Amino acid sequence: MLDTRLPLETPEGIELVVTPAGPSARLHAYLLDLLIRCGIYLAFFIPLHFLGRVGSGLFLIIYFLLEWFYPVLFEGLRGGQTPGKRYCRLRVLSADGTPLTFGGAMIRNLLRIIDIMPTFYVFGLFSMLMTQRFQRLGDLAAGTLVVFEPRPAIAAPDPDAGASPLPVALSTVEQRGLIDFAERRQQLSADRQVELADILGPLTHQSGEEGVNRLRAFANSLIGRSA
Amino acid sequence: MRQEQFEQMHRAQWAQFAAVLEALEKTHPLKRSRNNIPDTGELPLLYRLLCQHLAQAQSRNYGAALVDRLNDWVLRAHHQLYVRRDRFRDRVIQFAMAGFPRLVRREWRVVVPAILLLVVPALFAYLAIHLDPKLVYSLFDPNQVANFESMYNPRLAHLGQARASDTNIQMFGFYIFHNIAIAFRCFASGLFLMMGAVFELVFNGLIFGGLSAHMQNVGYHQTFFPFVVGHGAFELTAIALAGAAGLRLGAALIMPGSRTRLTALREAAGVGVSLLYGVTGMLVIAASLEAFWSSDNALPNWYKYSAGLFFWSSVIFYFLFAGRRRAT
Repeated sequence: MLDTRLPLETPEGIELVVTPAGPSARLHAYLLDLLIRCGIYLAFFIPLHFLGRVGSGLFLIIYFLLEWFYPVLFEGLRGGQTPGKRYCRLRVLSADGTPLTFGGAMIRNLLRIIDIMPTFYVFGLFSMLMTQRFQRLGDLAAGTLVVFEPRPAIAAPDPDAGASPLPVALSTVEQRGLIDFAERRQQLSADRQVELADILGPLTHQSGEEGVNRLRAFANSLIGRSA
Repeated sequence: MRQEQFEQMHRAQWAQFAAVLEALEKTHPLKRSRNNIPDTGELPLLYRLLCQHLAQAQSRNYGAALVDRLNDWVLRAHHQLYVRRDRFRDRVIQFAMAGFPRLVRREWRVVVPAILLLVVPALFAYLAIHLDPKLVYSLFDPNQVANFESMYNPRLAHLGQARASDTNIQMFGFYIFHNIAIAFRCFASGLFLMMGAVFELVFNGLIFGGLSAHMQNVGYHQTFFPFVVGHGAFELTAIALAGAAGLRLGAALIMPGSRTRLTALREAAGVGVSLLYGVTGMLVIAASLEAFWSSDNALPNWYKYSAGLFFWSSVIFYFLFAGRRRAT
């Protein structure tokens, strides 16, 4: 597996392509959720503090519910997303690509206390690095995956490059290569862009700066932008 | 066929598909019947059509934008079609009336060992401390012992009368927080080749047996046993079942049978978490009893003992006989 794209085959015989999310993206979502939970605790703690024993009993119940069921309820009932995951554009799916079930959400979050062990999610991290789909132990037992939300339909890489149709038919992977080049062009030095574009000389019949512009125009036409 | 022709040909169907899909995405499957939205309507037919279009677009190397658009639609429709749509309330009732006791009976291979792992250490600690009262200090440190004694000392003023209701609510919160967390830990730590669950069961058994013997030794049994007999029916059973769920998890890794360990683990996790649903329910009952009933010291002891007898026989009857009849 060169990149992290994972094809899942549905009963209809087509492939859904999902991208499992790695530890760092999930850590972001986790920290956001932690922050939200802390906010809720604080919001409850101050008024409940004035209710004496009743307040401390209620606070323990709220603490218990949030600690154990915050992720279960959001993931189980809100389409596999806690607020933190939603913000980070992550989603939990069943491993076959179908939506997460409530049972799946329950298992993966109850077993979280194993992934946390011995400290700072070491077991979970280890398990994510050992499995191809970045699954922690809870995910393995529940049969779930955390994936990136698919990007919305491709954005315009290059508004001012014009558009010209490809002279020959290219495969989907090759087309994607062109679009990715146009999208990520800004991150490359001008020399590197020329160097890459020159490889495609037989396609563009140009060299140097002109070749780069030609590729940008191809990419524009591929994403459906007309001249 | 060129891509333009392909798009031209199917444009109308795609528009219809997008409209159906967006309408469905606006409401949760369970709310549709209430709002008079047809459940999936045209979606299955259009979905299969779009799957075909996607496969064609992929194999004919049409533009990446078109393939992505179709892929996105198919993915969303897939989620709409394959989501569970039975009613949560019906499942809860079915589980409580029949599913849970059936599951416990079916899983007797882990339930019986779990009960033994709780009861045998409890009896052992009870007998040991009954015969040699000093042994209690090898289970608890002296502060804990003093603390327990002050809780059940019959001469103290707080006994013999109903406890204040604010303390009841505080204790209810504490029991929920504390006991259900133990049950969840019992289950999850079973993943370590059953060792976590075994430890929790044996440990809780020793504590309970030792404490009972010590209370008898110091002559506080008139306050201790009436307190624990009622909610104990639910609490002890629930802890044993949570341990059983943990054993199931660990056993799947040790003895996966003819399946891979991962497959066995997934199945065990499903069974375990179903057991935990029931355990959580039982512990909520136990916490309510413990906080609001067991602590009511105004009630006479014979009353508490007969209620305890009733609770215990109900629990045993429930697990032995509930859900035996075929569902109608």
